Amino acid sequence: MRKRHIAIALLAAGSMALTACSAGSLGSSDDSGGDGKVSLSFLVDNAAETVKIGNQLAKDFTAKNPNITIKVETRPAGTDGDNLVKTRLSTGDMSDVFMYNSGSLFQAIAPEKNLVPLDEGQNIGSLDKNFTTTVTANSKVYGVPWGGFMAGAILYNKDVYSKLGLSVPKTWDEFMANNAKIKASGVDPVIQSYGETWTSQLFVLGDFANVLSADPQFADKYTANQAKYATTPAALAGFQHLQQVHDLKYENKDFASAKLPDALRYLAQGKGANYPILSATLSELISENPGSENKIGLFAIPGSDGSKNNLTVWAPAGVYIPTTTTGAKLDAAKKFLAYIASPDGCTSQTTASQPTGPYAVKGCSVGDSVPQAVKDMQTYIDNGASSLALEFLSPVKGPALEQICVEVGSGISKADAGAKHYDEDVKKQAQQLGLSGW
Amino acid sequence: MATTTVTRSAETRSSAPSAGRVRAKSPYPTWFYLPAAVIYGVLFIVPTLIAFYFSLTRWSIFDSKFIGFGNYVTFFKEPALVTSLWHTLIYAVVTSGLKVVLGLLLAVLLTSQIVARGYLRSVVFFPVLVSTIGVGLTFTVLMNPEKGLINQSLSVIGIQGPGWLTDPSYALLSVALVDVWKGVGLATLIYIAGIVSIPQEYFEAARVDGAGAWDNFRHIVLPLARPATVTVITLSLIGGLRSFDLIWAMTRGGPGFTSDVIASVIYKQYQAGFYGLSTAGNVVLFVVVTAIVLPLSRFLNRKEVEL
Repeated sequence: MRKRHIAIALLAAGSMALTACSAGSLGSSDDSGGDGKVSLSFLVDNAAETVKIGNQLAKDFTAKNPNITIKVETRPAGTDGDNLVKTRLSTGDMSDVFMYNSGSLFQAIAPEKNLVPLDEGQNIGSLDKNFTTTVTANSKVYGVPWGGFMAGAILYNKDVYSKLGLSVPKTWDEFMANNAKIKASGVDPVIQSYGETWTSQLFVLGDFANVLSADPQFADKYTANQAKYATTPAALAGFQHLQQVHDLKYENKDFASAKLPDALRYLAQGKGANYPILSATLSELISENPGSENKIGLFAIPGSDGSKNNLTVWAPAGVYIPTTTTGAKLDAAKKFLAYIASPDGCTSQTTASQPTGPYAVKGCSVGDSVPQAVKDMQTYIDNGASSLALEFLSPVKGPALEQICVEVGSGISKADAGAKHYDEDVKKQAQQLGLSGW
Repeated sequence: MATTTVTRSAETRSSAPSAGRVRAKSPYPTWFYLPAAVIYGVLFIVPTLIAFYFSLTRWSIFDSKFIGFGNYVTFFKEPALVTSLWHTLIYAVVTSGLKVVLGLLLAVLLTSQIVARGYLRSVVFFPVLVSTIGVGLTFTVLMNPEKGLINQSLSVIGIQGPGWLTDPSYALLSVALVDVWKGVGLATLIYIAGIVSIPQEYFEAARVDGAGAWDNFRHIVLPLARPATVTVITLSLIGGLRSFDLIWAMTRGGPGFTSDVIASVIYKQYQAGFYGLSTAGNVVLFVVVTAIVLPLSRFLNRKEVEL
């Protein structure tokens, strides 16, 4: 009698453990029935605009392919998301399709081992070369673009500029001359928002197009450990700009605690004139501050040479298929990627969210109703006055740049010390990636 | 009668060591210990040993490469490390010291005959029960330099409050103060238990000798609450040395690196994907905590025996 009780208890415990297991393996359970219907899980980050786009794409794709349904799942953005994606890939637990960064972060998820390369079925030919280079490993392309390009640039309030009779600066000296006049008029010349540390990096990262026009080989030398931020004057300039803006008290008073929404509000209301930031924040700027779409313009971060002042551009994130997706699901997933990389896919994304930069798919247009800043950005790209950010040209990117920029931008340390500190910081990344020469 | 007692106690004493030797033969069969040993081994011993090995490698989630002591060299060359070590010590000493002083004072107050004593005791203990992250986020809002309640209240009486969490010279201390607010309840509780267990006879005898309140505190409460002090210091020092959650919720080590402690440096390295490096950092943290707390608790406990 007692033995039987124990046996039953063991059985119950065992079956409980089994159910726990199958519940834990999200998305890998095969629920494509015999009726030809396939369901795909699609992992995207949890930013409000991203989720909107994901759901719209899923809806429009299913409308065209009634046999395939797509379930959008979300994950945290930023470094937490990086860990989650890496963990799920390494445990074979990834969703059927997922969205993730291109460039150096893409290289860090071991694409050759974990991802399915694209084939002709996914319209590789119609993808922009600036994008495909950022999702290529060992000459195979792995992802299709999610959304459009974005710029790391200065958003400025056009009303403030026209009231003071200022023109868009081409060189850093012109920019600082403008700032002196803006300061005299009682408006904060440069908005900074160190309450969200990532926003501190734009004077350095967004200045990279100017570094590249001064030395076109910088990215390769940097990857090979032959060029340093601290010893290359054009690269050091970004840190010096950050220090100058603080030394001259050009920042808003609450720069240390302000967050991104505060900064966007100051810009829209004309309390601040210039905000160095990613153009992707435009959708938030406009939705939170209605009526500002044509009041805000964009210009590239000015460098030392006005004739070679280029815009630094970030490639879109990619959508990838992990190697754990097989059979009917793989076919369906490939179809879905082909859809995203087609003009229909772009239209679907435009429906969901105001585009903040040009698409990386040929035949896609953002339309005429885009905000002024996007038109300004398009002008740079059409004129060939743009180049990719360093993180797309070199896998070497240090994780502590945001804190270092906050230090330099709040006067805790000087530009030279900050640049040196960053050079030390990237060394760890290069060693972790096993690059030669470090 | 007296002789028998003496002999019996002498007997007990002489038989004590042999009793100890006999106790080695437990009434339980050895395999009774097996489940506990397996759980302890799998969950604690094996991961600890593996961690020591992986701290000597450069590993990603996908593979690993043995590099000897390279991680330790990098870790100690890290500019943030020296400052973060210093910050950790400041943080641990400040929080531990304030918890001892405030905890003792509150405990003396809450063991005296005051109105609503039970209610006040639970009020003091309440912050201990609240989630650390919740406390951190709440105080981040309260300490906002422009919009926070603290600085707005100060401005009513004409004081311009500092940027508690954004001024590099205050950030670490502000977090330490919040840690004290949250943790002092536990210290008070330990002290209350210590004070209540002091026999009333001492106080009565002291009163007969004409001792005042200060004498009572100085010569009875303070020395006899020593075990409580030892516990509070040890617990809060260990807590302070490895503290992470509150600092991360409030400043993330910022502004810049001005409130970074060892644990937050390790976490950031893990986040960045430098797994080998952060494993090495954890080994360093383990050694530092042991090196500080082990001699300290030996020292404090020896004093207690001598008393």
